[in-house]
Amino acid sequence: MLDVVPTPTSAPAPDVLLRAEEIVKHFPIKEGIFFKHEVGSVKAVDGVTLEVRRGETLGLVGETGCGKSTLARCVMRLFPLTSGRLTFDGADLSTLSRSKMRPYRRGMQMIFQDPYGSLNSRRRVGSIIGDPLAIHHMADGAERKRKVQGLMEVVGLNPEHYNRFPAEFSGGQRQRIGVARALALNPKLIVCDEPVSALDVSIQAQILNLLEDLQSEFGLTYLFIAHNLAVVQHVSDRVAVMYLGKVVEVADVKDLYATPRHPYTNALLSASVVADPDKARSRDRIILSGDVPSPINPPSGCRFHTRCPKAQALCSTEEPKLKSATGDAASHLTACHFPVADGEKLASDKATILQAVEGFLAEAPT
Amino acid sequence: MSLSTVQVASNQAPPQEPAVGGIEGRSPLRLVLARLRTDRVALASVAVIVFVVALAFVAPLIESITGHSATITNVDTGTDANGQPLPPGTGGFILGTDNLGRDILVRIAYGARISLLVGVLATAIATIVGVVVGLFAGYFGGWLDSILARIMDVVLSFPYVLFAIVLVSVFGSSLPLTILVIAFFSFAAIGRIVRGQALSQREKEYVEAAQSLGAGNLRIMFVDILPNLVAPVIVLATLLIPSAIIFEATLSFLGLGVQPPTASWGNMLSDAEGVGFQAWWFYIFPMLFLLATTLAFNLLGDAVRDALDPRTERIFAGRRKKKKPA
Repeated sequence: MLDVVPTPTSAPAPDVLLRAEEIVKHFPIKEGIFFKHEVGSVKAVDGVTLEVRRGETLGLVGETGCGKSTLARCVMRLFPLTSGRLTFDGADLSTLSRSKMRPYRRGMQMIFQDPYGSLNSRRRVGSIIGDPLAIHHMADGAERKRKVQGLMEVVGLNPEHYNRFPAEFSGGQRQRIGVARALALNPKLIVCDEPVSALDVSIQAQILNLLEDLQSEFGLTYLFIAHNLAVVQHVSDRVAVMYLGKVVEVADVKDLYATPRHPYTNALLSASVVADPDKARSRDRIILSGDVPSPINPPSGCRFHTRCPKAQALCSTEEPKLKSATGDAASHLTACHFPVADGEKLASDKATILQAVEGFLAEAPT
Repeated sequence: MSLSTVQVASNQAPPQEPAVGGIEGRSPLRLVLARLRTDRVALASVAVIVFVVALAFVAPLIESITGHSATITNVDTGTDANGQPLPPGTGGFILGTDNLGRDILVRIAYGARISLLVGVLATAIATIVGVVVGLFAGYFGGWLDSILARIMDVVLSFPYVLFAIVLVSVFGSSLPLTILVIAFFSFAAIGRIVRGQALSQREKEYVEAAQSLGAGNLRIMFVDILPNLVAPVIVLATLLIPSAIIFEATLSFLGLGVQPPTASWGNMLSDAEGVGFQAWWFYIFPMLFLLATTLAFNLLGDAVRDALDPRTERIFAGRRKKKKPA
């Protein structure tokens, strides 16, 4: 990677399908019995800038509560943005009303995390998958049924099960129903909000492969959210890492996994599960101290400085901008004042808790 | 995970399924009916209700067979030599006659029409209004919910008999007014339950999914959320019918509902006021029908609730106990 000296102007301008600029979503906290007044807000997403290029899969990782799902719902305009600009296929969606938003929904669909909660258990599968066609008046009666059964076949469901209820399907099959529903309108972009994290591991692969197949067949673009790093590595072309409502690092998947620049990305990657026990034992774990700070009152400057092993005085005062670190490809952006250099080991110290356990074991009478 | 395994993986699902053709999901309705069929109390209640409905339907037939009108007094045959009402089984009057010599059987049959009409119609209106008001309040929340929920609270805390007396004295009593008054005082019971359910349903992910598809609020409320509320609404509606019947009987008893000479179980009981023990058939038969009908609807409502939610223990509790080794 180092020998590639990027010249930003030489790269062809990527064909951006979805552009999010400084997306902010704050949820107000209200108090009071009769007259509610705002006493604060949860800063779930606090200034996220991202672009999703046509035909790619952009992975979005981060731990629970970092705002991944909120960002997905912002992109889908499931609730109004606090501020920021959202451009989809050239159209500005950031302030459209729900009814004005409707035509654009044909171009963007969502697959939900929970294959149980996201399907209405009182409606038949055929009517669930046909819902988008009915809402957008795309097909009626026999034609709708034919299209729905075609979709069921595409996602690997038996079209004969048109009249069944969601409860009669397994988790993996239900997620296929969700995929079929998202495909019905032939969208350009599908936002996948942890589409496999609720599924059995053996089923996860099936759904991921299905999504890959569909991408090549229909030329889909995915915004793929997950907290499983292995899954993201497998499906993504590029990956964005989120921490506490901010994107801290964006890069091509190979760059990110090979040379993570942000200390948080390093910590996150070191926490991923390795299937080989020998490798797992020999690798260095970076165990961060403390908990994720509250998004109600996030730290000043760089949000990670309270837990960062490399934090310095500058980090608590000045917020780092997303920029390409020295020697990185132009597409590799890091929001850090002191990015991790090649060969630098953050995990030289074992975590205190591990030391304590080892000390306890050494002292224990045998 | 190359594409070759992909194909295998994604194409595996259909062949694993059992032989196709004619496989169709059992709808919740069919499951409920199947459970109801095993419930003896429910079957008995249905039998009573069917009997009362049949009685209401054949009322004109009974009238023509017996030759006794429900409203016109039978001056010659309906009373004995002293002008006293006939006890049951005498002079061709199976259930006897009242003090005006009218056939109690015929009047009960016509009264069943009134009771069922009022019960079903008032419940239907109350259910529709309650569902709409409850859905709007629960789904939209905010100030709309505050207003609608307060209105329902006010309605539920109203002294309804006094209100009915005032209304009748202003507008004069009539059957439509009776039905509307009953519906007005019943809708809040359904509306509150629907509101609560809608409040919890609107947070479900399937609502979000519908929004992401571009569904409008009305579609989400009535196509997505409402089917999930069918169970409590059916139970409540079934339980509202008997209370509407009793409400009508109460109003008619007080002279505020169905006006004589039209027969209603309530005003038949009102006629029996002060008769005492001599002419027991005056009040026993209307009372029995009122009791049997309301009890049947109530028991059916309970049975439907148990059938809709098999987790409730009521019906099957006894059966389970038997299985336990002593």
